Amino acid sequence: MKRRKSPDDTADQAASNGVLHRRALLGASAAAVVGAGLGPAATGAAAEPLIEQPWGLQIGEDTPAYQVPSKFSKNIVRTLANPKFEPRSSISRTPHHLLEGSTTPNGLHFTINHTGIPDIDPRAHRLLIHGLVKHPQVFTLDALLRYPTISMAAFMECGGNSAPLFSPTPIQADLQALHGLSSCAEWTGVKLSVLLDECGIDPKAKWFIAEGADAPHLMRSVPLQKGLDDAMIAFYQNGEPLMPGNGFPMRLVLPGFEGNLNIKFLRRIKLVPGPAMSFWESQVYTEPMPPNKNDGKSFNFTFINEVKSFITRPSPGLDLKQPGIYEISGIAYSGRGKITKVMVSADGGKSWAEAALQAPVQTKAFTRFRLPWRWSGGPAILQSRAWDDHGAYQPTRAEFVAQRGQLDSEPAVTAFRNHHFNAVTSWSVDSRGTVRHVYA
Amino acid sequence: MSMRSRLAILFCLAAGAAFAAPPNLQSPHLGKPVSAEDIKRWDIDIQADGAFLPPGSGTAAQGAPLFAEKCSACHGDGGRGTDLAKRGLPAPPVLVSDRKFKPIDGSTTTIANFWPYAPPLFDYIRRAMPWNEPRTLSDNQVYALTAYILAESKVIDAKQVINAQSLPKVIMPNRNGFRPRFPDMMPR
Repeated sequence: MKRRKSPDDTADQAASNGVLHRRALLGASAAAVVGAGLGPAATGAAAEPLIEQPWGLQIGEDTPAYQVPSKFSKNIVRTLANPKFEPRSSISRTPHHLLEGSTTPNGLHFTINHTGIPDIDPRAHRLLIHGLVKHPQVFTLDALLRYPTISMAAFMECGGNSAPLFSPTPIQADLQALHGLSSCAEWTGVKLSVLLDECGIDPKAKWFIAEGADAPHLMRSVPLQKGLDDAMIAFYQNGEPLMPGNGFPMRLVLPGFEGNLNIKFLRRIKLVPGPAMSFWESQVYTEPMPPNKNDGKSFNFTFINEVKSFITRPSPGLDLKQPGIYEISGIAYSGRGKITKVMVSADGGKSWAEAALQAPVQTKAFTRFRLPWRWSGGPAILQSRAWDDHGAYQPTRAEFVAQRGQLDSEPAVTAFRNHHFNAVTSWSVDSRGTVRHVYA
Repeated sequence: MSMRSRLAILFCLAAGAAFAAPPNLQSPHLGKPVSAEDIKRWDIDIQADGAFLPPGSGTAAQGAPLFAEKCSACHGDGGRGTDLAKRGLPAPPVLVSDRKFKPIDGSTTTIANFWPYAPPLFDYIRRAMPWNEPRTLSDNQVYALTAYILAESKVIDAKQVINAQSLPKVIMPNRNGFRPRFPDMMPR
């Protein structure tokens, strides 16, 4: 049957249901967009009269020594899973739906701290490197700051991010609740390999244990190769000292690796022959598999956060007010390398168009993607799907569930009943413009 | 620059290289040597095979009153969990339960039905517990709590003495229940 040509179909449509070509973003085809009936005339009534506002008629506020966002941005905050600080882990989630670009502001970077946030005096903090090394050594922060520093963007993602999507039914929650345990910052510090080199690695060392100075002395076992590859001991986050909840005064950054491995408040690195199989790697960060998969075995040592993307705008809570042009904007990242392609669909995956990637596209960091979309006022299902430069691509939900399974009952949105979900997320838009989480 | 001063610089560089044992001359070398005694104060890691377990011992009977006093407020009576944990919510975990591990569902895991090795239990209690006062238990107390949890979980006999020799020999039922997600990245 021949598809009936909808009145929305235009030369700039790149996929059905109003997904426009990414050219329309770049200015090159601005005339075509206007020509398609999207110019000023399409916006309807004339603007309200322009008037002088009070802030233009009086002295403004005093300048604070450390500035904070406008009071009109006060809703742009992290959500807290343990607001009364009961004796359990404290978890805060990034409000991706209210942010843009590819860097998470320091105050909004997600955090998980299992026994509160330690109040560390950087002058008294020490880093010990020992175990299978020729020269065990202790470093002060002052000493480490004299080493050659590098800066790099790297996303940080909890292995439990997106865990609500293991639910058999789509949990009605916003992006912050579903994917808020992922953030991205520019980290500045020293390469771990430089320090290990100075300490002299014993060839028997195959792993290192990294441990924090916080109350749980949180530790993980990491393959030594990662320490020699791109591991960093970071002191700065987006240009300022690390936030206390993100590991002040120093943390391990293992680009692309599961968040919990990036030990905060780093105080000790011990080179060892084998992994410790600690609580964190024996129970918490494991992935139980569905019956009859993987010989009934659970996965452990899931080091890499696989390629993922999600649309931040529109998303639940950001309802559309009227038909017309919108920008679909989202975040893509891969623990293996660079994002090479993000495809966007407005019809639940039947047709796709390639989104524009915001330069610079950096390895193991957030990449912002955008695409113009003309909402007809009818139903739509928005999806994004990402590819990386290692040939990995984001699975559809059906593909993911076929391999990893799903829970047989809906979990609490804050529960972590499995880990490392990276499949496509779907947002439905109904004729009222309400955006909901759906499976498609 | 005169030939003489150039030679002098070359000589200094050569002398420097001769005295600097580490290969990378550019590296700042600002770490300070640390004594074995100092390392010992911080070195609390226990390997999966029980390496580095300290002297000392404990039994379930010794662990029971300690657990009631220091652990049950968060982990429930006998480690059987609070309401939050039983509902699979983020909470101090259920430690002791006769529930079976259900595929897919991480909230059904316990020490007895999931952990592949026993020594990490000593490691975790010693490094992180009690939640409100970590690093305050003696090694004997940690052994006693380890014995108590394993006995309550019916992994060991209630009378068994747990120490550096016996703990590594405890066979955890799910010892072979895992496969590394990225086998190529596992060091050999």
